[in-house]
Amino acid sequence: MQAKEKIVFERPMSVIDRATHYCPGCQHGVIHRLVGEVLDEMGLREKAILVSAIGCSVFLYNYLDVDAVEAPHGRAPAVATGVKRARPDNFVFTYQGDGDLASIGLAEIMHCANRGERVATVFVNNTIYGMTGGQMAPTTMIGQKTTTCPGGRCREREGQPLKMAEIIAGLGGTAYCARVAVDTVKHLTAAKKALRKAFEVQEKGLGFGFVEFLATCPTGWKMTPVKANERIAEELIPYFPLGEFKDESKNTEAC
Amino acid sequence: MPSRTGPRIFIKGNEAVAHGALAAKCRCFFGYPITPQNEIPEMMSSAICEAGGEFVQAESEVAAANMLLGATAAGIRAMTSSSSPGISLKQEAISYMAGSELPGVIVNMSRGGPGLGDIGPAQGDYFQSVKGGGHGDYRTLVLAPATCQEAYDLTIEAFDLAFKYKNPVLVLGDAIIGQMKEPVTTWTPEHIAEGEAADWGLSGAKGRPKRLVKSLFLEDGALAGHNLMLKDKYERMRAEVRFETFETEDAELVVVAFGSIGRIAKSAVRKLRKAGRKVGLFRPITLYPFPDEALRALAAGGRRFLTVEHNLGQMVEDVRLALAPHTGSGFFSILPGNLPTPDDFEAPILGALEG
Ligand SMILES: Cc1ncc(C[n+]2csc(CCOP(=O)(O)OP(=O)(O)O)c2C)c(N)n1
Repeated sequence: MQAKEKIVFERPMSVIDRATHYCPGCQHGVIHRLVGEVLDEMGLREKAILVSAIGCSVFLYNYLDVDAVEAPHGRAPAVATGVKRARPDNFVFTYQGDGDLASIGLAEIMHCANRGERVATVFVNNTIYGMTGGQMAPTTMIGQKTTTCPGGRCREREGQPLKMAEIIAGLGGTAYCARVAVDTVKHLTAAKKALRKAFEVQEKGLGFGFVEFLATCPTGWKMTPVKANERIAEELIPYFPLGEFKDESKNTEAC
Repeated sequence: MPSRTGPRIFIKGNEAVAHGALAAKCRCFFGYPITPQNEIPEMMSSAICEAGGEFVQAESEVAAANMLLGATAAGIRAMTSSSSPGISLKQEAISYMAGSELPGVIVNMSRGGPGLGDIGPAQGDYFQSVKGGGHGDYRTLVLAPATCQEAYDLTIEAFDLAFKYKNPVLVLGDAIIGQMKEPVTTWTPEHIAEGEAADWGLSGAKGRPKRLVKSLFLEDGALAGHNLMLKDKYERMRAEVRFETFETEDAELVVVAFGSIGRIAKSAVRKLRKAGRKVGLFRPITLYPFPDEALRALAAGGRRFLTVEHNLGQMVEDVRLALAPHTGSGFFSILPGNLPTPDDFEAPILGALEG
């Protein structure tokens, strides 16, 4: 007797079948896929408008089968505000790196969250400016070496790494806020759940949804993909704790 | 031409801009406080919501301009307004809108500069407005009203032009236009089509291929091709040249001035005409495209020219370029902090007339 075949793993509809430009071991691709899965499962593909940011992930618009607009560096939350106000019935989300969101775009993300814009933000924190070649980001760890802090980031000179999930959770308009990682299967499952909630609060009209992903940048970190993945648990999670920082997804009224 | 039979109302230039935007069915407005344009966001904050639209007081002019980018990417009529220092902050988004072919309308009720300058009228933003302002190789249409009526009319037109060319359009007034009060005959354009961006605006990829609004072109030759396409568009925009001539036919001297200064110069010309002096006025209404051919045609008749501006000399460079095959132009400068009267222009005009 022949064994019956059952397909258990497929490319999500929202993800386009093409090779990505990412370096080996980079987790942008994994996060893209999670976004695609959640868009599929929530039936959002046809109403989604992506606001892509400047950074390695600017080409997300080539990988997702959704309408998209490219924002200037750091301005994605303002662009998303404009899109959502113009098209309140669409599902609007940004996808931003840590240089983009936590440095040049700090004002835009905080005010977008504080206004409770009905948009979601996927924030990818790889503790470095990837696209420009591995410079120090506001999230670079103390002691981490980059091309602009070759001796390692110093607390006295450069300050502490910004904890964005904690900051965003403290703002009134945020309806959901979590920090997740994609380094293990267990974390992947939790990450997808968080992403879904961040998308749901927009659909329910509750407010702003935010998920911070801790992610690897093997090239910028000058590590093998395996070592980079291990660094997430060894160095990043102790400083950037995982978990939900705010969850008003069960609310029935807008925050 | 739509019938202009709406109520006649007595309003400030800033309010005329807001009324014009509402008549043009502007759906989203993004503002930030700065003198002397505050009446625009103040009025819009309630009026646009009553009209079923959206108002956001942004966290900065940077954000406001990027909200405009987002709303226009969705194919919606939208606007932002500010004054000089705030317009500097909007330049990045204006460049992106030009590169992404988005129809944003931006109003600048300009004030004295550089830096914090003052809050009075000035025309120091001419270069910034017509020569690009932001980075890269692009152009914006620039409309310069001289009266409250024109502030109303040109704001309506700004939306039409923005959508016609899928290009940012700048309305350049100043503290005089923004703050003075005049009767304005309102009118409602009838031609504004629902879904004018139906074939390019972002609305979700339902039942059609996905759409992409972007200004990044990394593939070999792609940016060159894109920029050549933009150049072609800028050539076509030349058809939109607008200007006013007053008593130029038999004039021996033509004053060239734009915006509020053009209007004050007109009074001076009128007065001198009464005294039998052969002077006229040429007032560019589109600063880009600059009405160089019309100006050159006047020069061919052997006239003299005097450019008057509320700055140290900016438009005069374009005037001289336009006139170059035939003649040049004198220049009279009004400095910020001064509100000129028609009498102030008499001596320089007569001086130029007599050579
Ligand atoms: C106004 C402006 N400043 C700087 C840049 C250059 N730039 C491009 S991507 C980038 C940083 C991207 O880093 P991050 O947001 O951390 O994303 P990653 O590439 O690491 O995913 C910078 C600074 C730019 N494009 N625009």
